[in-house]
This record gives sequence, structure tokens and C-alpha cells, in this order.
Amino acid sequence: MNTLFGEKKAEAKKIVFTSVEQYPEAPISLGTTLSNFTGDWRTFIPVVNEEKCVKCYICWKFCPEPAIYIKPDGYVAVDYDYCKGCGICANECPTNAITMEKEEK
Amino acid sequence: MEYKPIRKVVSGNYAAAYAVKHARVQVVAAYPITPQTSIIEKIAEFIANGEVENLQYVPVESEHSAMAATIGASATGARAFTATSAQGLALMHEMLHWASGARLPIVMVDVNRAMAPPWSVWDDQTDSLAQRDTGWMQFYAENNQEVYDGVLMAFKIAETVNVPAMVVESAFILSHTYDVVEMIPQELVDEFLPLRKPLYDLADFEREPFSVGALATPADYYEFRYKLAKAHEEAKEVIRKVGQEFGERFGRDYSQMIETYRTEDADFVFMGMGSLMGTVKQAVDLLREEGYKVGAAKVRWFRPFPKEELYELARNVDGIAVLDRNYSFGMEGILFTEAKGALYNTDAKPLMKNYIVGLGGRDFTVNDVRKIAENMKAIIEKGELDVEVEWYHLKR
Repeated sequence: MNTLFGEKKAEAKKIVFTSVEQYPEAPISLGTTLSNFTGDWRTFIPVVNEEKCVKCYICWKFCPEPAIYIKPDGYVAVDYDYCKGCGICANECPTNAITMEKEEK
Repeated sequence: MEYKPIRKVVSGNYAAAYAVKHARVQVVAAYPITPQTSIIEKIAEFIANGEVENLQYVPVESEHSAMAATIGASATGARAFTATSAQGLALMHEMLHWASGARLPIVMVDVNRAMAPPWSVWDDQTDSLAQRDTGWMQFYAENNQEVYDGVLMAFKIAETVNVPAMVVESAFILSHTYDVVEMIPQELVDEFLPLRKPLYDLADFEREPFSVGALATPADYYEFRYKLAKAHEEAKEVIRKVGQEFGERFGRDYSQMIETYRTEDADFVFMGMGSLMGTVKQAVDLLREEGYKVGAAKVRWFRPFPKEELYELARNVDGIAVLDRNYSFGMEGILFTEAKGALYNTDAKPLMKNYIVGLGGRDFTVNDVRKIAENMKAIIEKGELDVEVEWYHLKR
């Protein structure tokens, strides 16, 4: 199961190639999303209410990014570096434990 | 194991299908289009009869999807194949760039067919040549045997340099005409063409995850293009080596990217691609008896373009008649442009004239070659061209 990527994210930095030999033969990318945060455009963010959460992990399965991870205590949390605020998790949650709230920036 | 060929009387399309079977292709995704249809019908028949193991056929709803599915299959490490013609190839155009850009060694047979309108199902090279800049290698087959050999070699070459390759045959002239083809026993094909080792294996779950064909900003895109350009340059050497190996193993040598026929002492040569060069070779034999010192130069590989071999040929002749079964509107025959361009910065300056022949399946015969020879002889004696581009068959 997914765990928090905090440490990995802190380590990640953009790879800079300085000569053509360093490039891979085909255009593939390794872990670029670690340094490339894709959650900058949203207006609403999902907020998880642990009192209502029944640990069914439907949100975790449905998240298209995937920005939802499972914490060691079994509850879900959202990685806001990658969450685009699509609201699918809130829509699918059977106990309405996830609500979409306007993000304050 | 001693090489004893299996002789079968097959059409060009069946020759392609047998080559796919013998190459142990794992995925075929294709959409039927005349005159390609019998290739994929035959492959479907192999599967229905249980004659092939581990071959998945993906029926798709268009050629764009056919190439997309083939790309997906190839990215996972499978040996993948598809086939098409004319409008189908044009519909694939966008995905062709994805295949070469992601460096996937897909092999495709294109059955050369004229582009519509006017609607036509007959032979014309403009469909495949319009895909010139997609980063695919292109092999033009003269006869059914070369279709079979071409597919087998194309897999080996493509998988060595990780660049996709097109094997091109003529509509009906080859695709539906039966001829004896010497096929290679399966064990020997396996020796020649071992299982594919992918550059990056998507199905390798042990390695770090990665994404294919990801975004590159202006800071990186340029270098990936250079890598593909370099792969095409390296492919020339691989093509010659694989062609030579094929000759040593199976008796048919493909080490020349331009096959020269009786050119050693020729005053002028006919240059062209595909099935019409069979007619030209026949004509060269007859013209030699009549006292013409002529030869034929068949361009086997159009991409990568064999500049070096063209130079060797061009510096030893007074004239080259370029026979183009294709046309680039607003310019001239496509091979003509390429050949002239390749020689511009060299000291080889033969008189070069472009004959547009056989478009849309118009018959091109030995007699036509003779008439072109008479014209070439006259302009070489005079030392100047009458016209640069001649629409040879035009009803006047």
C-alpha cells in the first residue's frame, strides 16, 4: 500500500543533462513527478473527516493522479502536491467523509 | 542444420504473412484495406488453425488504432506487426511519429496504393513516400521473395537500432500475384532472428517505474531528435551487415542498399524502387543486346537514404534516368529530388532526368524502358536536358 512520499520528495531534484550522451536512447522519464508538482491549478481541495471514514479505500482506488495515500494508522490522506481537485474521491465516498472545500492560498 | 529452402507458390501478401509467422511475431493489430487485406486474413487463418503460438491478433476500428495498439504492444517488449495501404497509412500518420519517437522497432508492411481522389486501389508509391519524415526506415521490395526476406530482415534491423521499419510492396503487381518464394525453415529463422530484447521493458516489474514518450521542454527535445537521427545513420551499417549475413545464411545477398545491375561499364542507368525495377532489369538485358550500355540501380532502402552508394554509382555514369512511381506536387518525383540533393555537394554530376511513370497502376513495360533509353541516349549525346521532369505516359 502507498505510504507518504515525503522523504523521497525532499530528495528529488530535476535531472539536468549537460551532454547528448547522458540522455536515454528513447524519451523515457524516471520519477519526474516527484519533483514536478502537478497540484497547482485547483480551486477546491478534498478534506478527509476521519470520524466518518470507514477505511474502505474507494477514494484511493478511484483517484486518477493518484494523490490519495494510506497512512500507517489506516486512514486516508491527500497529497496536496499532486491533487488536482477533481472531486472524484468526494463523489465516490460512501460515507461522505470527504468534502470539497475552497482552497485558501 | 543445413539450409534447405521450402518452396511455396504464394502472393506477395501471403509471403508477408508467412514471414510474420516465421518471425514469431507476438502481436498483430490491423484493420483491413484493399489491397492489404489478404495479409491479415492469412495471419488470422494461421491463428484459427492453431499454426502459431503466442500470437495475439487485435481487431481494431481504424488504422490509427491499429498503429496505437501496435505501439502499446511494442512498448511492453513484444514483437509487433501491422499492415496497411494508402488512405490507411495516411490515417496512421500521427501514430507513426509516436512509434519512431519512442524508438519502438515495429515492422509494418505497406502495400503501395495510389492516394484518392480519384479513388484508386492500384500501385503508386506516393502513400509510403509521403511518410518519408516520420522517422521510419523504408524497404522497397521488387518481388514476392523480397517481401518475405524484407520482413525478416526488417525485424532484425529494427530491433538492433530501435527504429521502426516499413516493408513496401506494390499493389496487385506483387500483393495479389503468385510466384515461387523460397521460405526458410523455422529453426533457421529462429537462429537468424532471436527473441527481441527491448531497450526499455515496460513489463519488467523489477526495475524503477518510468513513463514512455513523456514531455520534453525546449531544453531536452532537440537531443532526442539527434538520437533518432544518429540511429538512422547507424542503421545503414546494420542494414549492410544484416543483408550480408542473410546472403551468407540463405543465399540472397542484401548487403547493397542500392542494388546495382550491370552498371560496371554503363553509360547511363535507370534508377527506381519496387516492382518496376524487375521490368527495368529485363529491359536492361534486352537493351544490352541491342548495343545500349545501360544498367539498373534499384534503391532498396529509401530511409535511411544510401548517399554513399549513390555517389559511387553516380560518379561512374554520364546519366541517371530516375523513374518515379510517385510525385510531390509543386516539385517533382520524390526519389529524383532525394537523389539530386544527395549529390549536390559531391563531384559526381551526371545528367539526371526524372520520368514520372506508372502512377495509379498505369502499366509500365519493357518497351517503355526502351523509349526512355532512346531519349536518355539523345540527351546525353547533346549534353543537355530537354525537360527535367517528363510525364511519360501522358496522352497528348
